[in-house]
Amino acid sequence: MKLLIKNGRVIDPSSGKDAKLDLLIEKGKIAEIKAKIATKGAKIIDASRLVVAPGFIDMHAHLREPGQEDKETIETGALAAAKGGFTSVACMPNTDPINDNRGLTEYILSEAKKRAVVNIFPIASITKGQRGEELTDMADLVDAGAVAFSDDGQSVKDSQLMRRALEYSKPLNTLIIEHCEDKNLSSEGVMHEGYYSYLFGLEGIPASSEEIIVARDTILAQEAEANIHIAHLSTKGAVDIVRNAKKKKIKVTTEVAPHHLILTDSYLEGYDTSLKVNPPLRSKEDIQALIQAVKEGIVDVFATDHAPHTPDEKDVEFDKAPCGINGLETAVSLLLDRLVSKNIISLNKFIKMISTTPSLFLGLENKGKICVGADADLTILDLHKEIVVDVNTFKSKSRNNPFQGWKLKGTPAMTIVGGKIVYPFSS
Amino acid sequence: MDFKHKHLLGIQGLTPSEIITVLDTAESFYEISTREVKKVPTLRGKTIINLFFEPSTRTRSSFELAAKRLSADIVNFNQDASSTVKGESLKDTILNLEAMNPDAIIIRHSCSGVPHFATTFCQSHIINAGDGSHEHPTQALLDAFTIRQEKKNFKDLKVTIVGDILHSRVARSNIFLLRKLGVRVVLIGPPPLVPLELKKFGVDIDFNIDRALEGADVIMMLRIQLERQQKNYFPSIREYRNLYSLTEKRFRRAKKSAIIMHPGPINRGVEISADMADSAKSVILKQVENGIAVRMAVLYLLLGGKDREAFD
Amino acid sequence: MLEKIKARIMDSRKIKRAIQRMTTEIIERNRNLKNLVIVGIRTRGIYLGKRISKLIKELEKRDIPVGVLDITLYRDDFSESEAQHMVKKTDINFSVAKKDVLLVDDVLFTGRTIRAAMDSLIDLGRPKTIQLLVLIDRGHRELPIRADYVGKFLPTSKREVVQVQLKEIDKIDEVLITEPPGVK
Repeated sequence: MKLLIKNGRVIDPSSGKDAKLDLLIEKGKIAEIKAKIATKGAKIIDASRLVVAPGFIDMHAHLREPGQEDKETIETGALAAAKGGFTSVACMPNTDPINDNRGLTEYILSEAKKRAVVNIFPIASITKGQRGEELTDMADLVDAGAVAFSDDGQSVKDSQLMRRALEYSKPLNTLIIEHCEDKNLSSEGVMHEGYYSYLFGLEGIPASSEEIIVARDTILAQEAEANIHIAHLSTKGAVDIVRNAKKKKIKVTTEVAPHHLILTDSYLEGYDTSLKVNPPLRSKEDIQALIQAVKEGIVDVFATDHAPHTPDEKDVEFDKAPCGINGLETAVSLLLDRLVSKNIISLNKFIKMISTTPSLFLGLENKGKICVGADADLTILDLHKEIVVDVNTFKSKSRNNPFQGWKLKGTPAMTIVGGKIVYPFSS
Repeated sequence: MDFKHKHLLGIQGLTPSEIITVLDTAESFYEISTREVKKVPTLRGKTIINLFFEPSTRTRSSFELAAKRLSADIVNFNQDASSTVKGESLKDTILNLEAMNPDAIIIRHSCSGVPHFATTFCQSHIINAGDGSHEHPTQALLDAFTIRQEKKNFKDLKVTIVGDILHSRVARSNIFLLRKLGVRVVLIGPPPLVPLELKKFGVDIDFNIDRALEGADVIMMLRIQLERQQKNYFPSIREYRNLYSLTEKRFRRAKKSAIIMHPGPINRGVEISADMADSAKSVILKQVENGIAVRMAVLYLLLGGKDREAFD
Repeated sequence: MLEKIKARIMDSRKIKRAIQRMTTEIIERNRNLKNLVIVGIRTRGIYLGKRISKLIKELEKRDIPVGVLDITLYRDDFSESEAQHMVKKTDINFSVAKKDVLLVDDVLFTGRTIRAAMDSLIDLGRPKTIQLLVLIDRGHRELPIRADYVGKFLPTSKREVVQVQLKEIDKIDEVLITEPPGVK
């Protein structure tokens, strides 16, 4: 089946392309790129007024399978991703059991092959059972298909162990992703520590709990001359640490989640548990610093930290609710509306941060770019269409998203994975 | 009449004139408790549920007497937080009580925000009887009533609050209330329990007890909980007593006319010496007495006037 | 709110005379003035009560105590009224038990205020008797209640409003019939 996408504004940050072009897709690959392509027997997609971008890659999502299928499955998570404009999703290992061995990584990949409409790339844990005691068999896991390593949900507490992980992983050409949180400092905290935590009488999580680990890890990465990727950067102090580290050419990279760029701790006024997330929603000053960091390139990647939880789990006392925001289906619209349409960053930069750069970080060679021979993973955007977020239309199994009712401008119009249209869904 | 709320969730949501309305109304109710027949028929036929997820005798009994003196029917549900361990969620528990068609539910819970959470799915009036470290609005109102009773008005007063400010809902509600009425508030306690960020509430913070008490009109002592010591907010009860306990010597720093308040229950000999707690300057028992009048006023203002529909 | 004044029924002289007449009736009827106490219903009943007490003092050299009754908490029309009523203090610093209580109000209309006042009084103690004095009886009773002393019977329509104004708070002594605006 051939697919011809006509008259779209094709943007490919990897090659600097930004022009009205036709794209011909054949056998799951991009076959031809030209101003005008005439071909027979192809399904034609009219993309005039639309933007054609390399498929978006979410390098931080929780798909919950195996073990927590009441929250999400590989199948529903993939559908949510497709609807949200993502063609690839890297899934975190904090499932039940933890993805810390070849068997589990292979299981996820084989289930994904059977049931997922987008590409799924497993991230394995740094330590066995995420217990922070022993390293996983990293080479074996890379061989099985793990694209990165993370103990996401917590930090590797033992600094020596973290250093070993950074050193050991170097020749494997893989990425260590750190969730930065000193649990002695975050303790029983449920929101950002500051004026609003005192106002609402909720236990605070100080910025230092994140920053101490960010600082430690950049120091370790420098010493080990290894790459470290900081997950969901959220504080001004952490931004400053990363800025300094990057100046010193330390190989530190970062991602930020849309909610940390948009929502502040003041939103917790009504104790809405859909806003309970880790790292917590931070202060206005933190948001300003994060946006500045995006503009400066201190932040490399947008990632959703998609963390589905069932309504029953979230419909409880604020202190008892689990952390997480269901983000795959709102991330792109939020970023287009809040950053691109307000000219805080260019459309090119946005696409770079959500497709090109994550493909490089995860080593996905034929993805994140539009050139002849590349995988035909494409995200087509309608920048003009306004949507109203409605969690009841989510494809995700869960509904824990605080943007319910928000009007946003700009949305994915079509998602193509390996030359197949996976969104809009065929009825 | 200046009080238009369906719920009483906190002092934070009240205007200064609404606070004064509650105090004025309580003034009228105070007299009823001095009568031989301590009962008026005002809330006859109304049903109120006292839903306490934390142990409390004072607040619960105070609400109970307030409701009974207004002729409302009141039922106590003392739910140990453990029953939620048995599998029923908090929401289900409240919905079950709500199904019994009460007019109001008075909630005490160890988690902040639970009364707010209840308003998202309840039709009844919700009254916050203390939520976590957040607010305890009726305590602040009865404290303000007591201060006004003793000091006639709030003008030019200095109120010093001593203890675990960080975790105290009593302190928080009192700070909100007193600042709304323009009263100067000074906070003191072990530094980890008195974050400087609290200055944004318009209060002063001092870490020297003598200075903090200097010229105070009202001294509010808070109960110190042993768990705090276990989490290293301060090194020992002994050191806490040495630095922050209200003794006669320290009391002399305050104005001659100063009064001593405490929300109870008191740790005698810890945050306050026994002779101070029992001194003529102590209004601790008056606070308890006034609690009933203030809670009658709150119940009357929420339940007495309007139909429920008027708020929807 | 502008209301139309339809008629001035009583002026200061007429009010004074009515109070004098009723006071004489009270003295005639209550042989044992020692046992009499006056309870005025907020707000204007208080001032009528005080004037009567003063007159009895002049005529009989007896001090008759005057208490203040706020009946808000005994009203039976809570859920129908538009807003809450501000609760004011009941201030009766004498016992009403075994006393002859003279209940005083300005206008007797449906009788509901008096019903509430009697309930309230009985909760305060068990009076020997309760007598009722009103300056104006305007009819339209909804309960079986009648006054023992009436300043003036005044036939009215239900829509009309009878306003008693007293010097102590209104700066003038007069009784008006008015009609609320917006009524055709």
